[in-house]
Amino acid sequence: MDWIRQMWAKSQKERGVAGEEEETNGPRLIKEEAWNLCKGLEGDPPNDTSVQEPPLLKAWLESHGRSFGHFVDGKWLKPGGRETYATKNPTTGEHLATTLQGNGEDVKAAVSAATNAFQIWGQQSAHVRARHLYNVARNIQKHQRLLSLLESLDSGKLLRDARDADLPLVVRHFYHYAGWAQLMEVEMKDWKPLGVVAVLLPRNSPLLTLAWKVCPALAMGNTVVLKPASSTRLTALLLAELCAQAGLPPGVLNVVTGDQGLGEALAAHSDLDQVAFAGSVEAGRSLRCATAGTGKKLSLQLGGKSPFIVFDSADLDSAVDGLVDAFWLNQGQAHNAGSQLLLQESIAKDFIQRLKRRMGQLRVGDSLDKAMDLGALADEKQRDAIESLVVEARAEGAEIFQAWAALPSSGPFYPPTLITGVYTTSRCVREEMFGPVLISLTFRTAKEAVALGNSTPYGLAASVWTETLPLALEVARSLQVGTVWINGHNMLDAASAFGGCKESGYGRDGGKESLYEYVRPKWEIRPCSSAADLNCKTFATSQGTEAPLNPGEKRVPHSVTSDPDRNFPSVDRTYKLYYGGAQKRPDSMSSRAVLDHTGKILAYVADGSIKDIRNAVEAAHKAAPGWAKQTAHTRAQILYYLAENLELRRAEVASQLEALTSVGREDALREVDLSLQRLFHWAAYSDKYGGTVQETVLYGASLLFREPVGVVGITCPDEQPLLSFISLLAPAIIRGNCVVMVPSERYPLPALDFYQVLDTSDVPGGVVNIISGNQDHLSRGLAEHQDVQAVWYFGSKEGSAAVEWASSGNLKRTWVNYGAGRRCWSDLQEGAGEEFLYQATQCKSVWMPMGDIFAN
Amino acid sequence: MAAGNQGTELDLSWLARVRVNQPAVLRRAEQIQTRRAVKKNWQAAWLLRAVTCIDLTTLSGDDTPSNVCRLCYKAKHPIREDLLQAMNMHDKGITTAAVCVYPARVADAVKALRAANCDIPVASVATGFPAGQTALKTRLEEIRIAVEDGAKEIDVVINRTLVLTGQWEVLFEEIRQFRQACGEAHMKTILGTGELGSLTNVYKASLVAMMAGSDFIKTSTGKEAVNATVPVGLVMVRAIRDFFWRTGYKVGFKPAGGIRTAKDALVWLSLIKEELGDEWLKPELFRLGASSLLADIERQIYHHVTGRYAAYHDLPMA
Repeated sequence: MDWIRQMWAKSQKERGVAGEEEETNGPRLIKEEAWNLCKGLEGDPPNDTSVQEPPLLKAWLESHGRSFGHFVDGKWLKPGGRETYATKNPTTGEHLATTLQGNGEDVKAAVSAATNAFQIWGQQSAHVRARHLYNVARNIQKHQRLLSLLESLDSGKLLRDARDADLPLVVRHFYHYAGWAQLMEVEMKDWKPLGVVAVLLPRNSPLLTLAWKVCPALAMGNTVVLKPASSTRLTALLLAELCAQAGLPPGVLNVVTGDQGLGEALAAHSDLDQVAFAGSVEAGRSLRCATAGTGKKLSLQLGGKSPFIVFDSADLDSAVDGLVDAFWLNQGQAHNAGSQLLLQESIAKDFIQRLKRRMGQLRVGDSLDKAMDLGALADEKQRDAIESLVVEARAEGAEIFQAWAALPSSGPFYPPTLITGVYTTSRCVREEMFGPVLISLTFRTAKEAVALGNSTPYGLAASVWTETLPLALEVARSLQVGTVWINGHNMLDAASAFGGCKESGYGRDGGKESLYEYVRPKWEIRPCSSAADLNCKTFATSQGTEAPLNPGEKRVPHSVTSDPDRNFPSVDRTYKLYYGGAQKRPDSMSSRAVLDHTGKILAYVADGSIKDIRNAVEAAHKAAPGWAKQTAHTRAQILYYLAENLELRRAEVASQLEALTSVGREDALREVDLSLQRLFHWAAYSDKYGGTVQETVLYGASLLFREPVGVVGITCPDEQPLLSFISLLAPAIIRGNCVVMVPSERYPLPALDFYQVLDTSDVPGGVVNIISGNQDHLSRGLAEHQDVQAVWYFGSKEGSAAVEWASSGNLKRTWVNYGAGRRCWSDLQEGAGEEFLYQATQCKSVWMPMGDIFAN
Repeated sequence: MAAGNQGTELDLSWLARVRVNQPAVLRRAEQIQTRRAVKKNWQAAWLLRAVTCIDLTTLSGDDTPSNVCRLCYKAKHPIREDLLQAMNMHDKGITTAAVCVYPARVADAVKALRAANCDIPVASVATGFPAGQTALKTRLEEIRIAVEDGAKEIDVVINRTLVLTGQWEVLFEEIRQFRQACGEAHMKTILGTGELGSLTNVYKASLVAMMAGSDFIKTSTGKEAVNATVPVGLVMVRAIRDFFWRTGYKVGFKPAGGIRTAKDALVWLSLIKEELGDEWLKPELFRLGASSLLADIERQIYHHVTGRYAAYHDLPMA
């Protein structure tokens, strides 16, 4: 490439010039102030030159005429008539380069390039893909210096951090995922690539986020269309160029630049299979709504308000170091920054004293200066937003401490700020604040610390500081976040899963865990590609059109006598709802008829409503903590007991199935037997999927725990009503979740009969709740419930869309079938594959550095 | 000397609360070494500052009056005069902070410095240096003799046995007696950190040494397997800060052993600046125990002035 040669020549020339200057200057006199400053009357260490635009960077920018197009299909694409966007040096405001504001046509070109490339890339052998990723990693390594400079200027991140933290991590990701590419046929043998993945990047840590998303996507055989944040575009373009230079086939990685609207246009493109998004919660929410029902997979890495918890048993000085590093990193603009300080009351004063002293040592200035700790904010607007929150806090009576010492006189800088004496009700505590402003709260006990830490809609990461191991581990397990660092913060590695729960999003970056975002089971065909034509706002908002039971109607089951000889009426059979471990009448006080396969009424079932869903969710939450803490062995025993009790009713359940559906006796018995097998299958998994040790660069242990998701709402399909019900129920509860089951609307009886089995098998009340009724209405209720953590929906295309749409409220995880492709429940892959475990768990990385051995 | 640390009662409950997380300390120690680089004029100024904080040391079995004498003259003229002139620093009275020798060589050093008409203090190691494994009585006597011979500063070593067996009261009492034996002389307490087993012990020993009235705490004798490392220094200066906050006494810090390059010296200065502040950046509160460090600093200064790298023979040896 030409620019490398030019760059080299230029840097040589410039070095020559600098040398001459030195000569003419003669011996360097030490200025009086240098000596005095060193004497330390006041002030600062040395910073005698402001950093210039480095020649290396200049050469690259100029080799492109400081004007960039999109990078599509392996080459620069510069369509005419587009508006442009100017990237500036965040510290000096100097012009760096212009890029394009793309439009729909550019998106189309990029997606079609990616779609074409996928035909080959997706079929490529694992080894070939591994080689490509390896070569890319090598090439990035060769240009680390340029990449880190550009990353720093592009995003305002400190050059020091870009160089020492981000770039090595980016390189490590490419190597790590070259490994996963190689191992796909072994480690991911039941999975296949999705197709074209859209990656939407945020403005903070753009390059690292890019590696997080692009590496696993490419490793698993997908092709990528990437859209960087509108304010940080350059590194993505450079990286795409470097990939092409390393021989990555054209179209495998495409970059289009533009404003937020372009991102929306990209996400809306019908040929996409997955959207991987990192950014704000609000944007994530609207993306969830926009992609609802389209069959595109979605992974969201959203905001965070990560608690930083310091106990009285902590090494306070080290905790201060950790906090400074964690929080003021990237001017507090990183989502994973520890932005909420929780201090045990007994050490709060001591800690704050240490923290204030250290804050006084922080240096704010040019992000290219290695000795700076904080750079500029994104813009003036952001500074005003921060300032207004701080002013508001002050008005509320909070104490504000600001380290003004080293603040440059101009530029969008904000001093490191500490706010104490605020309460959970304050706006600065509730809202995510993108700036170097730290909020501090106190707690009395570990229990309160956990409660405070969890009392936020976010759940990205947290750190726990204590020298007491039992305390550290228990708190780590109790926090509802995706990553916990013990006595450290912001430790990341390619081998470790990172990502949020609750409103911090879903899907993981890093580790094997992230691969699942970019694959589907081998047997699965991509569901419908067009969005259902549906008004999600109104769909299934009422209990249904079905008229309530009409007493005048003649189809009454009592006519079926229990003994035809004696002409006795049978005893009325009306199934109730089942929640909290007991049968309950529905809130609506009405029932629905269930017909057998000939159309005759077989029984009545309760017509559940949103109120019943509410009660069931409440019951489930009551049971959840205890159930999750139950030993795996006990959970397995309970599942085996369920199997034992179901076996006792084998014949009875089979005849029910026979009567209800049109299956023959043999098939009915087979379905019962398969259900028993399934119970055994999942009981076996009770103690075999708890997590792994992640082989990160940490000296210590980096563990991955697969924890329960929480309360899961499950809507069951009509096919094989008993088997599908068991197949969905068993993996969910064996992994410690509590469930609210909505049985098949047409064939609810096998599920409802099952509550007698549940009652006799020591299943604690509230772990399994069954609400019958209008499926789509009840599913909507579950999806809209803010305290349901996941919804699995197997029903119609419309219902799937509605569930995904409604899930945007608390950004719960969803698993829907888009009404397509009858899953063969009796098949082991389709009815009990790894997918089920993946959906039934969420992982948490816990980092535990080790070391105390010292010298002799 | 500074106001002087009067010492306090032994506070065992303070010791019991000490927590040191080693991995976190290592991380921080690593950062300090890369995040506060100084360049050009500033670097030269910092290096000269480092020179004024050096306890120029010779602690060898083969020390004789002649090499001790040579060391003393080097202490008086640590940087070649013409180099200082080039930087306009020749009239700043730049000498090392002290000359540090074995007790038997104190008299030689005092004589040499007097002959050179120079008031640089002589520091003597004492108390069974380096192991401290001699009777308390002889250790105390050693201090008294060194003081009589004219040592203005005494570098005592602590009894590591007492740390490893947790006898903090006895350790406190011993150091107290050292303090009394020193009389007017300035006392630096060597912890021998490489033999204390953990950073927590380093912190606790630092506290006990300060409670017992040490003017300085010093990392090591230079004879242990692990000497002055940045993590150890970090732990000790934090103890110093804590002690200052709690008692108002400023105790000095002296890393010693294994500090050989100008770059090392800059790291120690920036550690002090970051953790204790500018106030500690002067010979009254900060010393670098070293023998070969000075030569490297002088070479860096030579380069700063001339733009060329010096051969060792370009500069007068110590």
